[in-house]
Amino acid sequence: MRRAGIVALNTFREAVRDRVLYSLVFFALLMMVAAIVVGQISIGIEESVIVSLGLSAISVIGLLISIFLGVALVSKEMEKRTLFALLAKPVRRWEFLLGKFGGLVLTLAVNTAAMALGLLLVMLYVKHTLERSDAVVLVAVYFILLKLALIVALALLFSCYTTPLLAILFTAGLYIVGLYVQELRNLPVDVMNPGTAAFTKWLSYLLPNFENFNVMALAAHGRAVPGALILQNTLYAVIYCSMVLTAASVVFSRRNLK
Amino acid sequence: MPGSAIEIENLTKEYPFGFLHLRKKTSLEGLNMQVETGEVFGFIGPNGAGKSTTIKLLMGLIFPTAGNARILGKPISDVEMHRDIGYLPEQPYFYDYLTAAEVLDYFARFHDLTAADRKERVQRMLKKVGLETAGKIQLRKYSKGMLQRVGLAQAILHDPKLVILDEPMSGLDPVGRREVRDIILELKRDGKTVMFSTHILSDAEVLCDRVGVIVGGKLRGVGAPGQMVDMKTQGMEIVFELPAGSNAPLLSKVTKMGERYRLQVPEEELYAAIEQLRGAGARIHSVTQVKATLEEFFMNLVEADRAQAAAVEVNGK
Amino acid sequence: MKSQKSMAWVLLLVLPLGLAGIWRLQHSIDGQRGTLSQERDDILLRSGKLMKLMSLEYAPLMADIYWTRVVQYYGNKHSQGKTNLELLWPLLDITTTLDPKLLVAYRFGAVFLAQAAPAGAGRPDLAVELIKRGIEANPDYWRLYEDLGFVYYFDLKDYQKASEAFLEGSKRPNAQVWMKVMAANIAAEGESFSTSFFLWRDIYESASDPSVRKNALMQLQLLKAKEECRQLDALADEYQKRNGKRPTRMAELIQAGLLRGVPKDPAGFVYVFGEYGKAELNVDSPLLEQQLLMERYKK
Repeated sequence: MRRAGIVALNTFREAVRDRVLYSLVFFALLMMVAAIVVGQISIGIEESVIVSLGLSAISVIGLLISIFLGVALVSKEMEKRTLFALLAKPVRRWEFLLGKFGGLVLTLAVNTAAMALGLLLVMLYVKHTLERSDAVVLVAVYFILLKLALIVALALLFSCYTTPLLAILFTAGLYIVGLYVQELRNLPVDVMNPGTAAFTKWLSYLLPNFENFNVMALAAHGRAVPGALILQNTLYAVIYCSMVLTAASVVFSRRNLK
Repeated sequence: MPGSAIEIENLTKEYPFGFLHLRKKTSLEGLNMQVETGEVFGFIGPNGAGKSTTIKLLMGLIFPTAGNARILGKPISDVEMHRDIGYLPEQPYFYDYLTAAEVLDYFARFHDLTAADRKERVQRMLKKVGLETAGKIQLRKYSKGMLQRVGLAQAILHDPKLVILDEPMSGLDPVGRREVRDIILELKRDGKTVMFSTHILSDAEVLCDRVGVIVGGKLRGVGAPGQMVDMKTQGMEIVFELPAGSNAPLLSKVTKMGERYRLQVPEEELYAAIEQLRGAGARIHSVTQVKATLEEFFMNLVEADRAQAAAVEVNGK
Repeated sequence: MKSQKSMAWVLLLVLPLGLAGIWRLQHSIDGQRGTLSQERDDILLRSGKLMKLMSLEYAPLMADIYWTRVVQYYGNKHSQGKTNLELLWPLLDITTTLDPKLLVAYRFGAVFLAQAAPAGAGRPDLAVELIKRGIEANPDYWRLYEDLGFVYYFDLKDYQKASEAFLEGSKRPNAQVWMKVMAANIAAEGESFSTSFFLWRDIYESASDPSVRKNALMQLQLLKAKEECRQLDALADEYQKRNGKRPTRMAELIQAGLLRGVPKDPAGFVYVFGEYGKAELNVDSPLLEQQLLMERYKK
């Protein structure tokens, strides 16, 4: 675990030096423009527009980072052969993988936290005051982070056994599927044959369900998220990440590094 | 000798390739070899002979199709064994967003060293490989030779008992090669075991206690460099000038190069030839040993191979 | 290698446990989210034109996606027994703006926008607008005229315009002959059982959407039941004329030789006489509930 921590810190350092945190500047600019414009065009719903826009931006920026950097985490080290010298040190491959995962999640956490702070500042600017109920925005940000962690894990898994380009496609594809997985249950099950219907039902419960983490509508209207859901979603992300990372470790431990 | 540092038993590596990975290329075939503790072992062969494949198998970067190996008495799957070995990959590349000092410090962290100890070692290693002035520059600005030096530094940073170097001389200028030689000899003096691969015979000859020759994925012989038949001296070369008009003896064997003449004679006839040249008033410029060139040496083995069966050529990279 | 094998065992252990956990968690998360009743119906963009601009060259694909949203929206609302279908129009509006050739959307809209609650949104005006747009984009498709006449006939009770629509449609290529007959019939007698029955049957037979068909079938059954009640009332009048009192049970009609067997509604339940001596659906019949619902919303 200590070795995984060393790898994680280095991954974080890499992200910082590769100017990942520059995305914050983009976010800041977007929110500043939004804060000015929103007062002009939407009367009465400024706050919810700001919250929706801010959360969407946090989510999209995070998604881009987690998919592209998530895939690059391992594939870049294999491609550039920086991995060779490292694996000759007393490090197990799963420790390396776990460290890479932890490093990127740490980066995302810092990045997301900074953006959340920015969002709160803009809300303060628009409303002139912050209330207790605005804490729901932080819950929404936390859920986004959980979602991003799961995406990083999936990106790692895919990048362990396929090319970076395919891994990006798979990860993005699974994310989109995961947004609509709930809709599988709305399909007209009665017109399908029982086998397909059962399969659809299984899929709808077992595929990563990214809609679980979406509380943007609640946050936009300042309505509270129950504590039970926070707990359940945390558990969901932890279990799913563990499964995916274990699978990634198994795949990666068997991989010949050429 | 307290046992072998590396024991390799029947190590075989096949790579699947082609449609659905149905066909196989053998890049290493039943390798049996030992590297004894305290010796400098040279692993020589042409490009694609299986040197890198063997070393990567030892380092656990790739997995053998058959056979196994033990390093310092432990199986290669045992991660603890890596505490005592240093490895320089072929054409090493490191995180280019780090400086040389940072990359060394990063690697040192895996070896349970204190912060002060790490700092001291990193400085010492940078000095040893001649990078003390470049330690604060990001590696993306480094040349190939400088990266090779960083690679060497990280391989010996933690004072390992066994150092495995994959083509340590490649990418270096003559000064750099000299420095690497010195480092290897210093490691030997300190009682370390060194195994390095090279396709440059003279490096092996100068440094090694023993060499192993590998061609086409098969080991062709192990022994002291001088014992290897094909590496023995083929003769002596004399370069000389003749005063105008004088008639040189042995002229039938001489090749003319501008003003100078070149003569090759068997070693035992050297003194006789020199006597004759002196008699003719020749001015001798140089006398050097002539050895089989690398190409000649390996080509002989490769051709023998082809004669037996279809040659197996796999690039170990 | 040994470590690889043990990793694989770990995976064999972790995967089933993890998936079992995910299965259970997903159920409880669904339950938890269900209580939040987040209205996810909101449409971010109500302007079809803007939507079309934003979908680049993929507008037809977006139209298909919106069309599935229409069907899901209707299906969800219907299965939950909710009657406010206020988003049906904007959804259909966007869908048909994105792809004006998506005929199924017009036909679906004609039925469910026009019909009164609970089956539809009760907005025949919007239905007419939608169909007229459809006719503009697809002038040769005679069934859209049928739908237009249908809305005028059933929901707006404007028999003049209904007749005109059928007549206009009959002139389109491939239009079926009965369109002309329908125009004449409606012009002559307004609403009649045979016309209504024919129209619903045609919808039932020509539609491919299951909810449209289901709705048409129910309408047909109700129509039939209404007609049969009317005939039974006529028989009861006859009975009253002969015996001086209204029958209270169907058996009396049979004894009097006016009926040959026990009369049953399309759902298979026996008709009864109500308190005013009028023939009615049996309380057990599922059709009764539908009939009551429709009458309640008509007011």
